[in-house]
This record gives sequence, structure tokens and C-alpha cells, in this order.
Amino acid sequence: MSTKLLLAILLAITAVAFALGRMRALSLSGGKLSTLHSRPNYYGAYVALVSFLPPLLLVAVWLTVSPFNVNSAVRDSFPDSVKAQSSAQQSLAFGMVSTLAQGLPMLSEDELASIKQDPARLQPVFAGKGLAIAAEAQPYMLDSAATLNAMRQRSQLALVTVAIALAIAGAFVGLRTVAPQLRARNKVERVILGSLVVASSIAILTTVGIVASMLSESLRFFSVVPASEFFFGTVWDPRFAGAGASSAGQFGLIPLLAGTLYIGLVAMLVAVPVGLFAAIHMAEYATPRMRAIAKPLLEVLAGIPTIVYGFFALVTVGPFLRDISASLNGLATGNYTSFIQAQSVLTAGIVMGIMLIPYVSSLSDDIITAVPRALRDGSLGLGATRSETIKRVILPAALPGIVGALLMTASRAIGETMIVVLAAGVAARMQLNPFEPMTTVTVKIVNQLTGDLEFTSPQTLVAFALGITLFCITLALNIYALYIVRKYREQYE
Amino acid sequence: MNEMIKPASGGLVPTAPTRRDIGIRRRYAAERRFRFYGLAAIAFGLAFLFILLWSVVSKGYTAFQQTEITLPIEFSEKVIDPGNKRATDPNVLVTANYPLLMRNALAEKLGVSATDRPALKQISAMVSDSARVTLRDMVAADPSIIGKTVPVTVLASANVDSAFKGQIDLSVAETNRKVSDQQIGWMNQLAEQGVLAKGFNTGLFVNGNSSRPEAAGLGVALVGSLYLMGIVLVLSLPIGVAASIYLEEFAPKNRLTDLIEVNINNLAAVPSIVYGLLGLAVFINFAALPRSAPLVGGLVLTLMTLPTIIIATRAALRAVPPSIRAAALGLGASQMQTIFHHVLPLAMPGILTGTIIGLAHALGETAPLLLIGMVAFVANVPATPLEPSTALPVQIYMWANEAERAFSERTSGAIMVLLAFLIIMNLGAIMLRRRFERRW
Repeated sequence: MSTKLLLAILLAITAVAFALGRMRALSLSGGKLSTLHSRPNYYGAYVALVSFLPPLLLVAVWLTVSPFNVNSAVRDSFPDSVKAQSSAQQSLAFGMVSTLAQGLPMLSEDELASIKQDPARLQPVFAGKGLAIAAEAQPYMLDSAATLNAMRQRSQLALVTVAIALAIAGAFVGLRTVAPQLRARNKVERVILGSLVVASSIAILTTVGIVASMLSESLRFFSVVPASEFFFGTVWDPRFAGAGASSAGQFGLIPLLAGTLYIGLVAMLVAVPVGLFAAIHMAEYATPRMRAIAKPLLEVLAGIPTIVYGFFALVTVGPFLRDISASLNGLATGNYTSFIQAQSVLTAGIVMGIMLIPYVSSLSDDIITAVPRALRDGSLGLGATRSETIKRVILPAALPGIVGALLMTASRAIGETMIVVLAAGVAARMQLNPFEPMTTVTVKIVNQLTGDLEFTSPQTLVAFALGITLFCITLALNIYALYIVRKYREQYE
Repeated sequence: MNEMIKPASGGLVPTAPTRRDIGIRRRYAAERRFRFYGLAAIAFGLAFLFILLWSVVSKGYTAFQQTEITLPIEFSEKVIDPGNKRATDPNVLVTANYPLLMRNALAEKLGVSATDRPALKQISAMVSDSARVTLRDMVAADPSIIGKTVPVTVLASANVDSAFKGQIDLSVAETNRKVSDQQIGWMNQLAEQGVLAKGFNTGLFVNGNSSRPEAAGLGVALVGSLYLMGIVLVLSLPIGVAASIYLEEFAPKNRLTDLIEVNINNLAAVPSIVYGLLGLAVFINFAALPRSAPLVGGLVLTLMTLPTIIIATRAALRAVPPSIRAAALGLGASQMQTIFHHVLPLAMPGILTGTIIGLAHALGETAPLLLIGMVAFVANVPATPLEPSTALPVQIYMWANEAERAFSERTSGAIMVLLAFLIIMNLGAIMLRRRFERRW
């Protein structure tokens, strides 16, 4: 019996328990609902919960624990010759056994008999069923597979019986405890509150998961490559995984970080002036009508997926910059070769800057409009023009908030992936020419983790070290920005 | 004092107003400049928005049309099954030389002799390789078709498609382009005869991925994205709402809830690629879920959208006035009843708006999906969320990396499809807000 069917049965029992609990409460009240502590539905829900939660817990625990038990039992049943082999070989053998176990129920009696006589026939027969067997199967494997299947079946059967028994028992106990003075609502509400707490702890669990998973994989990486070589290395040349011991590459973070910061800087050079001036104009000058049109339109820029920006950079901006640099060069020197490459720091930076404009503008807009009216009126009343008021009064007052907003934007620029993957290039170099390609931390994470993976090689594990570096940088920027913004907000409240 | 006011007392009075005039003019000029900078900044942003959209649409709108060749094809037994062995060997029908049927029919239509080999080769190049599959499927579905002549519609090759849409510059020397003058001539001849025509490109929405641009479609990606959105909606809406209710209504103000609060704000700002690393390490490496599966992608995107939904939901809950709560509590409702019967329904429009915006964000997200292996060549539509699949943005990424110009057209077309979905979702959110928003 499958787990899905079991859950369906449990749900059916729960539904019945709900109906019975409700009816029992009604009959106990004798038509006078006021004698009951809670509304009848709560009694139903109480009985349903008592009958559903224990078996659900059981199923969850059983399904996580029993595979380990069964697998280790089957491994113990391997012949001694196999147990003498390395653990990797044993895992390989076990993998084959479980594939066989998957295929066995599909075979007919005749096929089974023919395989038992001649193990060489096993591969074609299984291939006919759509299961690829990698290597020659050994005779003991068929037996082990059969044991595996039998044990799995037994475990499943036991689970089904116990769970259903538990559900029915729970329903009975629940029904017995239903009484007019039972505080059913409070009990049900406590369960609901518990589930709310569980839901909100998922946020914490996510952070813990991010930190724990990346830390553990990074530590595995640092056990192969020293941390100092990673953080202070100036050469990025990971080579390819799996070419033997001679393939130890160099994993220097510095060139990637330099590329990330350089592209981020170009992006901020585009985004900050444009975004700030747009925000000032929107907040101080624009008529309500213009604001109603221009603000949402600018925010459309924030809603466009980054892959679209990446494609835009790849097929429009990059070639445009290349061609225009060729014409400029030709006009100046007569030599029509381009000095801006299609994939370059400039291309990625400009497009990323455009993407960041709405972040800068809407964050700064909020902050500028939050500056109290009185400051503005005071300055205007003393005879300052509006631009003078903005420059001398409003911007200084809003400065901490704007700095916070810019830091948040910068953290977004550093973590941005798709634009740089498509437009910045993959060459990890340290140089200062913005017309040449450079690469970033995020590009290298994607490069190291797409394709066939082997989770033991430093070539893949380095992605996690890069990831945790990225996480720490953006986290620090964000926490500092939030701190500034919060502190600033309190000033005027 | 009197002396100072007297006009005759010196040059002070005539000069002072002029100096002030210069100052004010300069200040007003600065004011105008400042205003202009602001307008220029807004214009710059909007100009780039329109350039971006225009560059996508101008490249992509042709992707919704596809050049097709419709002509009667003789399913000649001599070509399909020369040895007449199809009754005994089913492989005969699978491996038969179907492109030859197509070539012969076209050659006949164009009046090319069956011995002119170079010309025949050029004719073959005008038809997509997918014609083989089209014809094979027709024969497999109905073997009695062999020997008959049936009108069939097949795709033209990508080069002919581009040429027919006028995207190939014919002034370039013939050797430097992918379509020969002779093929262009035939193309025009066929078009005049009504054999070659542009039709709506249903394949773009139905087919899976293909290495031949004319046969590549978004079918798998659309289904994959649909699974992703379904999983994200089913998981993140209830979890997000439950978490917000706890944090907003029940949580005591202490260190722990402060930590959760800061945490959620920070999670909203974590780069999306970090979520991809999390999914790879936890769901694939540790929990051994299958790679490339929409289930894993959905879980990763759920974690990514949760902070957005929680922040929106808390704002919506906070906007419900305390008088509603006080009235319900005063009539004897428990806190739980107050929230679930009164506060939550009133906050629902705001919650749904936030959810839709979060979903739209998740729909366009690419980077985490690359890491969990959804960047895969998948030709068949996945039947369950556990089978390998791609997603719309990932498909765009894969096509963007293809060199052929026909793929560039498809990429822009796919971006238009993605943007259309995003526009629909965002419009839905705006309408929801307009229709149900209440000002208390």
C-alpha cells in the first residue's frame, strides 16, 4: 500500500472522527448549546486532531528512519567478499541492488527463472523494462534485491497497520473525552498556535540552513585548499575536476572580487545620479499627474526579470558599444577597430545600473518625502529657491537615509547574477580597463555548478566558499543599511 | 542713517540692485538647471525602458509566425519500405528515409530533375529536419497511408524561415550567407504557388526544446514554470500567512521575535543565487531529491518568496483598524476567532496582492534554477513535478547562449511570452488592489 493511499485513509478516518465528535457534543448538549463549553465544531476538530496528529507524526518518523534500517540490514547481508571492499565499492553494489529491486516486480515468472539460470541475460531483460544496469550483476545481488523488496514491503505493511490502528484508537479516546465541560476550543487553538509558531520558525530555519550548508561545504573545500590561498590568492584557475591529483587548480578570490566591485561601481555610477535626480524631481517638482505616470513606469524597470536585462546587454548594448567605439576610433585615428569589447565591464555595468535606477529612486523618494514639511517651509520662507532648499536643507537632512538606500542597492549589485553571466565575460583577470571583460563571484558560482557535478572535488566545493563570501558581504551591507535607516527614521518621529 | 538712503550720497545705491539682480539671475538659472537634471534623469530611465522593450519586441514579434511548406507528398513504398519487410520488422518504418519523400515532392514541384544532385541537396536544406519526425509519426499512426499521396504541412528550415521573413540581407555576397540565390528563387516561386506560407507558430508554445531552432518550443518550459508557480503558491501562501499572523498578533516582544524580524528583513535581501546554493546542498545533496525537478525548484523559490509575502501580509494585517479587533473581542470572540473570522478576511486583498507580486518575482527568477540543474535539454513535457524540466527564464538563458540567429528571434519571442505573463499578473494585482482596497 502506498504512502499516498495511507494518507488518504487517515484523512478519511479524520473526517469521520470530526463528524462523530460534533454529533456527540450535540447529543450531550441535549439541544441546549449553551451547556457546552465550546461550539460543537470545536469538539469535532478536537477529536479529528487527536485521531490525525499521532499517526501523522508516526508516518513522518517512520519514513525517515526505516530506509536507513532496511538499507543497513541489506548491506549486512552482503557476502563477506563484498564487505571487504572499500565503502565506495559497497555503495556502488548497493546502488545496483536497489535498481534491481526496482525492476524485479516488473519481471514475469519466466523471465525471472531465465535470469536466475543465466545472469548475463539480466542486462538486456532489464533494459527492455527501461532500467539501465551499469555493470555485470553478480548472483548474490538478485537475492539481496529480493530481500530488500521483502523488507521494504514488511516495513510498509507494519507502518500501515500501526498508523491506522493509532488513528482509530485516537478517535475513540477523543470521543470518550468529549464532555460539555471539555475546553475543546482552547485545545484546538493551542494546536493552531503551535502550527503558526512552526511556520514562522521557517524563516529562522532558512537562515540556519543557508549558513550551515554553505559553511559545511566550504569547510570541506578549505580542508583541500587553504583558506589563505582562497581569500588572498590573486590567480583564478580552477582547472577541471577529476583529472587526478595533478589537477589541483588555483582558487584566488581577489580577481573575482575585483571584477564584482568594479562592475558594481560602474553600475552605481549610472544608477545613483539618475535615480537620485529622478527621486528629487518626483518628490519636489513633479505635478501629481506626472508623478502618477512616471513613477509606476520607472518601477516597471524593477519588475523586468534580470535575464531579460542580460539578453538586452548581450544582443543590444554590447554590440552597440562595440560598433560605436569602432566608429569613434575610426574618426579619430582612421583605424576602424573597436576598443570596447561586446562583453565588458562597461556593458554589464551600464545595464545593471539601469536595472538599479528604480531601487535608488523609490527608496530615496520615500526618504525625501519623509523629511518634515517644516524644514522645507522654513528654508523657502527665508527666501531660498527650491533647488537651494533641496541642496542645502533637504538632502543633508535625508543623507543618512539615502546612504542606507545606496548601500542596499550596492548589495543588490554585488549579488546580481544573470546580467553579469551574459554580459561580463568569464575571464578572471585583474585590470583597470572598463572596456575589457572581467568576471564576478556570481558568474563563477554558476560556472562551477552547471554541468556534471562531483561533490567531492574542490572545483565544485569552491562555489560554496564563494557563496558564503557573497552572503557575508551582502548581509553586512544590509544590516548596516537597515541600522542607518532605522536610526534615521526615529529622528523625525 | 539719512545719509545712507540719499541717492546722491555715492555709488552704493545704484550698484546694489544690479548686483542683487545678477545674483538672482544666477540663482534662477541654477534652479532651472536643477529642474532640468531631474527631468533628464527621468527621461533617461524611461528612454531605456522603451529601448529595452522595443529591442525585444522588434526582434521577437516574428517568432510568433513560422514559415511552413504545404504540399502533397507521395508516401512511396519504394522509399519507405523497399524490401517490403514492415510486417516483420517494425524498425523499417522508424528508420526509413522520410526526408527523401519530402525532397522528391519538392523537386517535382520545382521542376528539378532527379539526377541534378547539387540542386537536390539544396532542396533538402530548405526543409527542416523535423519533417522526418512529422512524416514518421504520420506513417506510424496510420501505416495504410503508404502508397497514397497526402497533403502534408512541414516546417521550412530556419534559414529559409529567416529569408522569407526578410531578415537575411540579400545584398551580401552569396557565399557569405546561409541561403543561396537559387534557394531564394525557389522560395519565391513556392510562395507564389501558395506552397510556402507563414502561419501562426503553435510549435513555439507546444514543442519541447530542440537543437533545430525552427522546431524548438516553450512547451516544456511553460509546463515547468506552471509547476513551479503551483508549488510556490501552495507552500508559500499558507506558510507566509501563518508566520505573519504569529509575528503580528501573537508574538511576545522579546529577543527571539526580534531575531526573527531582523532575519526576515535580511532574507528578503539575500542574493537569489545563494538560495540556489541552499537548494543544491539541502534538497539535492542531503535530501536526495532528483536534480532538474520542478519540485526542488519550487521549494527553493518558496523560500525565496516567503520573506516578500510575510512583509506584505504583515503590512496588510497592520492596516486593519484596531476597532474591528476590539469589537470582536468585546462580543466574546477568542483572539484566534477574531483573527481568523474578522481580521484575516479584511486583510485578504492586501495579502493576495503581495502574493501575486511575490509570484511574479519568482516567475522571472533564473539564477537559483541554474544551480539546481533546471538548465537541462528537455524535449518531452514532464508529467509530474519530479521529472526533469526547465522553466521559462531558464529556457531564455539557454537560447540566448545559442549562436544561430533564428534562436535569437525565438529568445526574444520567449521574453515576450514571459513579459506578457508578468504584465498579466501585475495587472491582476493592481486590479485586486483597486477593487477591494478599503480606506478606514
